[in-house]
Amino acid sequence: MMFLDTTAAAPVVEEAVDYVNGLDTLWVLLGAMLVFWMQPGFALVEAGMTRAKNTANILMKNFCDFMCGSVLYWIAGFSIMYGAGNGFFGWDGFFYTGEDSNIPAEATFVFQTVFCATAATIVSGAMAERTKFSMYFVYSMLISLFIYPLEGHWSWGGGWLSELGFHDFAGSTVVHLCGGVLALAGALVLGPRIGKYDKNGKSRAIPGHSLTLCALGVFCLWVGWFGFNPCSTVAATGYNNATSMAHVFLTTNMAAAVGGLAALAYTWIVDGKPSLSMVCNGVLAGLVGITAGCDCVDIWASLVIGLIVSVAMCVSVSVLDKKLHIDDPVGAVSVHGVGGFLGTILTGVFCNPAIDGVDCGSDSILGRIGIEALGASVVALFAFAAGMIIFLIIKHTHGLRVDRRIEEEGLDIYEHGEAAYN
Amino acid sequence: MKKIEAIIRKTKFEEVKETLLASDINWFEYHECHGVGQSRQERIYRGVVYSTDMIERVHITVICREMFVESTIKVFLEAGHTGEVGDGRIFVSDVIDCYSIRTGEHGDVVLRDKK
Repeated sequence: MMFLDTTAAAPVVEEAVDYVNGLDTLWVLLGAMLVFWMQPGFALVEAGMTRAKNTANILMKNFCDFMCGSVLYWIAGFSIMYGAGNGFFGWDGFFYTGEDSNIPAEATFVFQTVFCATAATIVSGAMAERTKFSMYFVYSMLISLFIYPLEGHWSWGGGWLSELGFHDFAGSTVVHLCGGVLALAGALVLGPRIGKYDKNGKSRAIPGHSLTLCALGVFCLWVGWFGFNPCSTVAATGYNNATSMAHVFLTTNMAAAVGGLAALAYTWIVDGKPSLSMVCNGVLAGLVGITAGCDCVDIWASLVIGLIVSVAMCVSVSVLDKKLHIDDPVGAVSVHGVGGFLGTILTGVFCNPAIDGVDCGSDSILGRIGIEALGASVVALFAFAAGMIIFLIIKHTHGLRVDRRIEEEGLDIYEHGEAAYN
Repeated sequence: MKKIEAIIRKTKFEEVKETLLASDINWFEYHECHGVGQSRQERIYRGVVYSTDMIERVHITVICREMFVESTIKVFLEAGHTGEVGDGRIFVSDVIDCYSIRTGEHGDVVLRDKK
């Protein structure tokens, strides 16, 4: 094709060449690969923190989240999230038809798909070891098809929250709070695993079968986050984009590191021993917390955000487990729900308009906190309501939870007919 | 002919094994076993303290002629010793007879001397 005379067909082709940028495209597709790398991360964390008899089941759920998400987000999810519509939902371009911008439409779509799958995959950990696989499959389809796209439209698709100036750079609220709150709804409706609480309601430990897998998963997620946040600039060309993505990279890493350290210190002081499984959660909490404001806070503020979010996560794990008796085997509610909510609000607190290219939405700090709190609260309430409705309907029709015998002997054999370890 | 059974610390197994092999014993059997007793191992998982009932130990069984009983017991007492609570126990009991499946011989002769 290069040897043909292109001058005749020039108008269309050259116009495209003008605005589709190769470097931007490369950056976004690299980001998509890195965010995809969070899928094995979640799979390993969840498998490691649960028992060996349910490992095939939880790995399968992680596969389903991504597979369903890829297809359904293409059919309708992307259209609801980014299609032209009103302030509340998009309704245009089903089976994905998009327009090129600085990157090809398909690159945009791929990048958004991996984000959608991330939101979906958060929930499986909180519902681990006791959920019917068929019903998890139904839930997974619904989140990719409408729950995530709908609330995503409000913040990222030109909806009413973005009109208000709500700032969520890479998805503390849109992705993580949404997933975390759905996880809470799922864990609430399911009830605790058999043996989690004794007759007096005292919490009992059900140790996961491999902290090695869990730790590896957290490292995978940490790497993946270097795509999740920095690549959300969706552009790499020019001075502003280059400085912005480097800044985002640094704030992301700092929050993760301090998040892990904070959990280490917290467990050492409170429980007497530094806990690896809580450090794993702490790193993730720091990452979730910084995601909303990674572009608009100073480096020192990213350390503070990592610290606050991680300590809140540790307290939340303890309160959910010991006081509220909500059984969340991997801490998804505390990491993504609490971390996402606090991270979004702290973005309003620490947003620094002096950083190049930063628009904090409101001139006053109280105004910013108000908008961030409103956005996070509304999304949390919506996701919680949607989750409760879906899970309660499933519970009272087909049943959400496996039979006692299946739960005791393991979901691997009864739900899938194959075990992870033989 | 006596049967000597010893329940020892897992960490002391290598030392006991080497010393037994260096003495007059030419064969012994062992199992890794779990016991439940007074001492508990306390662990913490995600802020919840729990104690594991199971204490890991190694159970060694030696069958030997009367002349080696004392030296074998000495091996356990010395090589298995740390001085901390939980070093274990040694049980000695009589064995009425013993047969070699290959030759059909029985009695002390079956427990041959080391070459």
